[in-house]
Amino acid sequence: MSQTSLLKVSGLKKAYGAIQAVGGVSFEVRPGEIFGVIGPNGSGKTTLFNSMLGQITPDEGRIELNGEDVTRLGPLQLNRKGVGRTFQTLQVFGKMTVRDNLIVAAQEHQGNMFSRLFSPGDSGLGQKADALIDQFRIRHVADKKAGELSYGQQKLVDIAMAFMSEPDLVLLDEPCAGVNPSLVGGIGTLLKDLNHNPRFGKRSSFVVIEHNMDFVMSLCHRIMVMVEGKVMAIGTPDEIRGNKQVLDAYLGN
Amino acid sequence: MKKTTLAALVLCAVALLAAPHFLKNYGIYLLTYWLVYIVATMGLNLTVGYAGQKSLGHAAFFGIGAYTVAILMKAGISFWLGLPAAMLICFMVGIILGFPALRVQTIYLAFATLGFNTAVWLVMRNEEWLTGGTFGINNIARPSLFGLSLEGNLAYYHFVLAVTVLLAAFLWWLLRSPWGKAFTALRDNAIRAESLGVDTRSYTLLAFAIGAVYAGVAGALFASLVQFIEPAPFTVGASIMMYLMVVVGGPGYFLGPVLGAAVGVILPEWLRFAQAWYLFVFGSAVVLLMIWLPDGLLSIPERIRARRLAREASAARQAAAQAASQGAKA
Repeated sequence: MSQTSLLKVSGLKKAYGAIQAVGGVSFEVRPGEIFGVIGPNGSGKTTLFNSMLGQITPDEGRIELNGEDVTRLGPLQLNRKGVGRTFQTLQVFGKMTVRDNLIVAAQEHQGNMFSRLFSPGDSGLGQKADALIDQFRIRHVADKKAGELSYGQQKLVDIAMAFMSEPDLVLLDEPCAGVNPSLVGGIGTLLKDLNHNPRFGKRSSFVVIEHNMDFVMSLCHRIMVMVEGKVMAIGTPDEIRGNKQVLDAYLGN
Repeated sequence: MKKTTLAALVLCAVALLAAPHFLKNYGIYLLTYWLVYIVATMGLNLTVGYAGQKSLGHAAFFGIGAYTVAILMKAGISFWLGLPAAMLICFMVGIILGFPALRVQTIYLAFATLGFNTAVWLVMRNEEWLTGGTFGINNIARPSLFGLSLEGNLAYYHFVLAVTVLLAAFLWWLLRSPWGKAFTALRDNAIRAESLGVDTRSYTLLAFAIGAVYAGVAGALFASLVQFIEPAPFTVGASIMMYLMVVVGGPGYFLGPVLGAAVGVILPEWLRFAQAWYLFVFGSAVVLLMIWLPDGLLSIPERIRARRLAREASAARQAAAQAASQGAKA
């Protein structure tokens, strides 16, 4: 079974004191799938995310990546195993150029510490960085310091960085937060393209947390609804839209 | 690093080669002193300026380098064995000092390193059997190189200059390698760096260790330059002064330490006329500098450029607005 799923989360639990932030969550993400996670504030999405990213250790449960138990790995090891991420708030390297931001995002995946000392400055990643720069349409700011860009541009750099190392799985934490509506559509298109990207030779899977319902419904193949730390429903966008329980609890009328 | 930096470097080297011809013996000595502090602060610039690890313990490594060479030379061991020994010890102690940085950052790290400096200083002062205590170690000889005596101030100056150029070249190369990017990523955003597979742990330890090696070399050169060492130049105060040199020059600028060390070593000489007022003048200058140039002296060109770009952009906006309003009228 684990062969067909890229990510398998089973029985995940995490409590903070008396508060059960995540109370037994199980789901699977298939290769190439865009999997949405929605739910009201405080429903445990972020705790779930942080567990999957190795930021926190869950109390119970198991997380498997490509059939391998990765429950207790930290962010560094998870990234080396092919998990990329973006952050809810801006997280770029402000004093480095956009191009260097992208290069540093993948250089540690090549060789070892010692060989990297003797590698060229761009680690041979210049072409790949340029391809993403073009795809994200940030060519005109490629040599500017990332910290000098507008919020929307930094957001694009932030997302592009997550894809530099060609990860199997990318966790996107509110990719549309704080982004103006015209760019939201652009980000959606980019993510769809990256999901199909033939350059990767495979389809990478995403898990997306997002409050923008139109965005989630149009982008995701399947959606999981979380309420009070539990899974209320998992299904296609149409199934979720038609789920009475979900409508009552979260989506409203 | 840009072509202007390279040009400035070449200019510096030429000026430094020519300088002794215009100086008396003391001037040459002072110039050597300056170079020694450039080497030390180059290392601190790596730790603080590039990798973002706030260390207030750099003078301790400077002292470890100086005492290692002095003690070994007193035991009859050559400077040329003492120097690598000093580098090795500083590297290892640097790694150890890096460990607190894995747990604490910013001001808390500064205090942890400050405590380390105090502990090292106490060893220098109290362990008389090893360090000579407050009496220090005197008559430290200057080495000779391939039968060439470095005893004279001019010969020793040339030697220190060569070492400085060599270490600057190494740092330049290091910063251009992927390691340089990893250090900067660590400084700008450690959490993000880790999420991209950057081994922040190793790079933090290395940033301390490599910086410490530079201080160790500087200490070894220092011991042989002044030929007498005691604990005073290696206090917490000295560490703060070195930190100040990095900040004044421009942390994260390659040539920052050259300017910063000049402010810390040469400027006091020029301000001698002020006598009792010296510290007041120096202190006031630092306060003003921090207010107007928090990124150091070398941030001036960048600020001018940013201001020019902002002016151009606002002029362009104004022109566009004018054109639009005229278009509307017509």
